[in-house]
Amino acid sequence: MFMRPTAALAALFFVSTAPLALAAEKPTDPQIAHIAYTAGAIDVEAAKLAIKKSKDKEVVDFAKDMERDHEAVNKQALDLVKKLKVTPEDNDTSKALAKAAKEERAKLAKLKGAAFDKAYIDNEVAYHKQVDSALETLLIPSASNAELKSLLETGLKIFQGHEQHAEHVAGMLK
Amino acid sequence: MRPLLLAPALALALGSSPAFAATIEVTIDKLVFSPTNIQAKVGDTIEWTNKDILAHTATVKGGWDVMIPATSKGKVTLKAAGAVEYFCRFHPNMKGHVEVAP
Ligand SMILES: [Cu+2]
Repeated sequence: MFMRPTAALAALFFVSTAPLALAAEKPTDPQIAHIAYTAGAIDVEAAKLAIKKSKDKEVVDFAKDMERDHEAVNKQALDLVKKLKVTPEDNDTSKALAKAAKEERAKLAKLKGAAFDKAYIDNEVAYHKQVDSALETLLIPSASNAELKSLLETGLKIFQGHEQHAEHVAGMLK
Repeated sequence: MRPLLLAPALALALGSSPAFAATIEVTIDKLVFSPTNIQAKVGDTIEWTNKDILAHTATVKGGWDVMIPATSKGKVTLKAAGAVEYFCRFHPNMKGHVEVAP
């Protein structure tokens, strides 16, 4: 049952990746900035929920790491768009991401204890994988500004690191 | 008798003292330790300079665990010889390697 948002995200990115053949369908820099910021903000929201709900030290520590890193990166992203005079532009991908995340949070909010911990961490693994692939296949190749591209590339390394960290925590919960 | 015994002890102590120990600088930039591979001797210190806005660690499984705050530094003095792999606990895709000679 926890696969649903993941499947929704996969469908979403599939849909947005499919028209990639048409150059005109590529997201613009203002849209990319909005998608990347949204992706980070979603993980911060999930982390805040976990910090509030979990009693497991490993899980809470992991959530604090996510909150700290994504807040720092999003601050850097805001500084960059300001410098580049780019106004992040909301778009269907951002909207779909936000909607799926809201559903996931509602589901997590109903769980407790070990069930919550497992669902949160499993979703973190799946979510980071999803964002990794969106960054790799869609966002980084579509970015035209070099500084934005570089920030996304660093973002990819961070998301990949978090995914491995989440997998490590998932392994400890078993 | 005593001064005679102390002299070699002192020389021995000085021989492995920090006077001969080096500090090896490693930079962290965009989640990469560079240089990735370093060679050191027991008694040397590794100092990491973190240019990222993220906190990192330099951690050896069952060994040292150094916190390296964002845009800050962290260091460790090497106590044992041997080759070790280290990684960042927050971003386990960040890896480094140290060869410590006796
Ligand atoms: Cu790190």
